[in-house]
Amino acid sequence: MLLLGRGRRRPRLDERPRIVPAGAPDPGAEWLVLALLLGAALCAAGFIVVYAFHELAHQTQYLGLALGLSFAFVAAACVVVGRRLVVSEELEEDYPLPGHPQTQEELEQLVQESGSRFTRKRLLLSGAGAAGTAIGAALVVPALALGPFLDTGGLYETPWRRGVRLVDESGRPLLLDEIAAHTFYTAFPQGAGHEQFGAPLVVVRFAPSQLHLPAPRRGWAPGGVVAYSKICTHAGCAIALFRKPTFPAIEPGPALICPCHYSTFDPTSGGRVLFGPAGRPLPQLPLYVDPGGGLRAAGNFSGPVGPSWSGVRSRPPRNPA
Amino acid sequence: MIRLATLAAVALVLPGAAAAQPGVGVQAKTGPALYAAYCLSCHGIAGSGISSRSHPSGALGLRGLGPPLRGVGALAADFYLSTGYMPLQSPYDEPLHTASSFDRAQIAALVAYVASFGHGPAIPKPHPERGSVSLGLALFTDHCAGCHQVAAEGGYVTNAVAPPLHKASPVQIAEAVRVGPYLMPSFPESQISNAQLDSIIAYVETMKHPDDRGGWSIGRIGPVPEGLVSWLIGTASLLGCCLVIGRRYAR
Repeated sequence: MLLLGRGRRRPRLDERPRIVPAGAPDPGAEWLVLALLLGAALCAAGFIVVYAFHELAHQTQYLGLALGLSFAFVAAACVVVGRRLVVSEELEEDYPLPGHPQTQEELEQLVQESGSRFTRKRLLLSGAGAAGTAIGAALVVPALALGPFLDTGGLYETPWRRGVRLVDESGRPLLLDEIAAHTFYTAFPQGAGHEQFGAPLVVVRFAPSQLHLPAPRRGWAPGGVVAYSKICTHAGCAIALFRKPTFPAIEPGPALICPCHYSTFDPTSGGRVLFGPAGRPLPQLPLYVDPGGGLRAAGNFSGPVGPSWSGVRSRPPRNPA
Repeated sequence: MIRLATLAAVALVLPGAAAAQPGVGVQAKTGPALYAAYCLSCHGIAGSGISSRSHPSGALGLRGLGPPLRGVGALAADFYLSTGYMPLQSPYDEPLHTASSFDRAQIAALVAYVASFGHGPAIPKPHPERGSVSLGLALFTDHCAGCHQVAAEGGYVTNAVAPPLHKASPVQIAEAVRVGPYLMPSFPESQISNAQLDSIIAYVETMKHPDDRGGWSIGRIGPVPEGLVSWLIGTASLLGCCLVIGRRYAR
């Protein structure tokens, strides 16, 4: 390639007068650039060699290193060319002086007279205003997608009602006798979509003596089994953590925890908030056991499911019509 | 003599303080002797446990020192001893995975003694080579990743640390899933079958030496820290280049 560079050359244009001032030649810089370019070529060749050895350990890292070094050499060569070989001079440009007063007046006159063809200036201006407002609204309105604002009705709807059976992910009914303590289960309503907001439950079992549910919820936990909405009341993440003490006498008590912001709820006392940013308790689902031993919902949740939007805190949930 | 008696009394009243450091002073070899030296002060005679309920008089109003060990079996004993979770310096500490203070023979003797307290599960024999790594990923995501992160790097729950799993052996993982040590839930066979457990272990074993294509794993916790690091390093080096190439004009 270097030999090819020795081929045809254009005649030099010496006879014209110079615009750029002549600078002193710098053979050292030229050699440096050449060395850097050769280094880049070597690294790029190294990339190809490494690429050929498929079973090399840390091949990706060597590939990245070779290519990165190659680019770095090219960049260094460009820096040397720019700083030491290209002739440069410093020019300072002053700010333009203010125009002549008479020219300014002429310009004002020009602007005024240019509008002489408008007969309905106000109407056109209000039209422009309408267009601007509409475009601005079109830019702002998609922010509504950040959360339900006008219609929060969907947040209150859950598929749970009295008699709905609790099933696991594969649709198998949950039986009271199969629910073990010290672990947690995810349950869904039989025959409803898993994706629905109010559908997923977290189910845990305690010894009935461990539970301290509020008085109206005494009958909600047959055999010590309690069910809560799996959707955190803070930001709507899934309650995926169950803290289970091995020796409750001295270890932190049982808790359902959301991994997003560590909202911590007490499953033994009706989903009370123990820690974290959640503003209201985890909604509890009342349960009963059917004659076949299966777990069923005895009604709807104790409170609205999911994250807390303005106005969602107080109204009780309902079933879709 | 009186001083010695006082010391002995204090040691009896504050059993937690008397938990001797293994390897110091006591040269016990048999299970009962080791138990007496390192476990008895918290877990009581023959694994009866010490809580405010079992000892209502409550020495110094202690809420409890250690759970009963009857029926926990060789499985739990082997897990807690081989991981160095036990013996704990203080019963109020969170047990952490450390090098065990006991040698293999001492652990085996203690495990046999604790297992003799009552009928309990034996040490499991997992077969991760029979498991499927991809199935293990799905199961790990369902049951374990909430606390231990999907890359088994460990994480946090309120009040405790969920440990990273790169130090855990296949047997220890199988034991932990069934035992549920400290604040971890336990998973019975009805929730995670032995075959599924093999897959989970196969996945955790894979994640001990994952194929980090990019070189630096950055905790393997996703694109946010990766982006942060590349932006910080990239922006800093670009700024450095600007300083090298550019020139400051004197005003």
